[in-house]
Amino acid sequence: MDPGVIKSYLPLYRDALLLTLRIGWQGVLLAFIIGFLCVTAIRFKVPVVRVIVKGYIELFRNTPLLVQLFFLYFALPKIGIRLSPEFCGSLGLGLLGGAYMAETFRSGLDNIPVIQQESAESLGMNRLQAFRYVILPQAVASSVPGFLANTIFLLKETSVFSTISLMDLMFTAKDLIGMYAKTIECLTLLVVFYLIMLLPVSILGSFVERRLRHAEYGD
Amino acid sequence: MQNMGIDVLFKGRNFLRLLGGLWVAVRISLISVAISIVLGILMGMLMTLKNRPVQILCRIYLEIVRIMPQMVLLFIVYFGTTRVFGWNLSAEYAAIIVFSFWGTAEMGDLVRGSLISIPKIQYESARALGMKEGTLFRHVILPQTVRRLIPLSINLITRMIKTTSLVMMIGMVEVLKVAQQIIEANRKSSPNAAFGVFFVVFLLYFLICWPVSRAAVYLEKRWAE
Amino acid sequence: MDNALLRIEHIEKAYDEHGVIHDLNLVVEKGEVIVIIGPSGCGKSTLLRCINALEDIQGGQILLDGVPVKRDARNISAMRQKIGMVFQSYDLFPHKTVLDNITLAPIKVQKRTRKDAEEEAVALLDRVGLADRRDDYPRQLSGGQKQRVAIVRALSMHPEILLLDEITAALDPEMVREVLDVVLTLARSGITMLIVTHEMSFAQAIADRVIFLENGQIVEESRDPAKFFTEPETPRAKEFLRTFRYER
Repeated sequence: MDPGVIKSYLPLYRDALLLTLRIGWQGVLLAFIIGFLCVTAIRFKVPVVRVIVKGYIELFRNTPLLVQLFFLYFALPKIGIRLSPEFCGSLGLGLLGGAYMAETFRSGLDNIPVIQQESAESLGMNRLQAFRYVILPQAVASSVPGFLANTIFLLKETSVFSTISLMDLMFTAKDLIGMYAKTIECLTLLVVFYLIMLLPVSILGSFVERRLRHAEYGD
Repeated sequence: MQNMGIDVLFKGRNFLRLLGGLWVAVRISLISVAISIVLGILMGMLMTLKNRPVQILCRIYLEIVRIMPQMVLLFIVYFGTTRVFGWNLSAEYAAIIVFSFWGTAEMGDLVRGSLISIPKIQYESARALGMKEGTLFRHVILPQTVRRLIPLSINLITRMIKTTSLVMMIGMVEVLKVAQQIIEANRKSSPNAAFGVFFVVFLLYFLICWPVSRAAVYLEKRWAE
Repeated sequence: MDNALLRIEHIEKAYDEHGVIHDLNLVVEKGEVIVIIGPSGCGKSTLLRCINALEDIQGGQILLDGVPVKRDARNISAMRQKIGMVFQSYDLFPHKTVLDNITLAPIKVQKRTRKDAEEEAVALLDRVGLADRRDDYPRQLSGGQKQRVAIVRALSMHPEILLLDEITAALDPEMVREVLDVVLTLARSGITMLIVTHEMSFAQAIADRVIFLENGQIVEESRDPAKFFTEPETPRAKEFLRTFRYER
């Protein structure tokens, strides 16, 4: 292990981390929005849209991100849709994540006992009011651990971005190994930088899970 | 469909080559899942032991798998260990090692989860009936655990298959790589091949994973008490 | 019968071909306390759920103040505000404090001011002996306390009729009393109630009228609870009541 080499590589890895984080968070945010919209369409049984949404969820949950990205980046230009690599990254992550977030959110909704809906209705709330004030807050709270797990999953998935020539952590490591053959240093930095990115989310995740379990069962 | 490039797949043995590539992905997944199930059951049982060092070690192992992208693990095993230990590792072995390492952790956690989700009263009532520990495990605990586990392990298979798409990054010729080769070879005659070919790859993955995850959902519903 | 508040006329209710309620008629007068008893599966809970339009009915009609109560009607929210309901258990909103549980519907549905709603909620909580628990979450309360809050929550909408669906069935025995005491006080204050319960001595003490339901039909009806519980007229009611006494 050569400290000099590590020091000289640091700025490259830092830039790669920032790029990964930027695309990653855009993707996660997009995933939340898509997931929420999908679940709303399913919950309120919007005709046609509901079927499309279900198809989308199945399609994107059952294909790898890498293939989705290849399709967005290499295939779409052939029918005239040209997207920048960064945009492809965020969009691909958002589409993949949207399907996962929707599933997590939906099971959160399904776990709310029917009696909650009924007591809200028996107090004279209409469906929208019951959803907004009674069902939604509970479903969001119980889905938080799942949301965080999905976030970790999505940030991990960013590691395939290098295939559409985004200079993320993986790309940087691969590139440097190819050029200077300092394999050990490059891989160590790779691991360290992924830890920097994901350890906080993971710790937050277990913290929230403990808190929620406490809120449900303890007093 | 001429200009969409799907026609490329009907040239020569192109489609068969693509399926061959897919088989590489499926083969690696199946081998890794088989290893993961065996090791995962052992690990899950280890994790329920009330042995502090064992629990801490397992925790660390799980946390590594949870945080590190499989791609990073692949790089470490394929480029890192060969460099440090100087051995020769084929990409396929590296992939199987990494996916089994990952799958064992996932499976171990599932097994642990199902084992501890069996209510204590089940153990107590079996013992109250005078069963020995072996009989208790074999006839009471195991059947209940397996029912919970099967749908979850089937899910693991689809996740494996999806993740195997990464092995092209360490130079294996699987379905995506074959797709790229086909597109490259027909660049002149069929410039739009990328659309058709990647679309078909997309569908192929879906057609393999979707029935498997439906099966998991079905079993989970059917066996839910 | 110009004093009638709720009219149930020839209602039919079935789940997948399986009839639960058949040609049931009932008129509830203002201020009346009616206790409905019967074996499990007799349709008594379903009847209450139909009145609150939580279930569709396949025939007949339910009229409150002469206005039909129908699940898909435009005015259903307004109708439900006139009908208070308390369920067996677990129906408080777990993410809201006791006070917010009570004031949510008055503020959001009836558009009352927070101050007004809270003042009334506190007064009602005081009446059921829970004024000091206003900022607690449901998980911090015992089962009996939860049910008292649920009653207050229903009352805060000023319902014309209160439906109580086995509200003590999920409670530990020592908590049943505190909830029933609250219901008894309400009955004495003149609020109209339909009560489904398995607490026979309570039923006898509170009822103006007892209805014995079996297979979705009224088998026996009595305006003299003391007589009904000691010497019912029909053999079916006699048999049912005997299951509550342990005799050798």
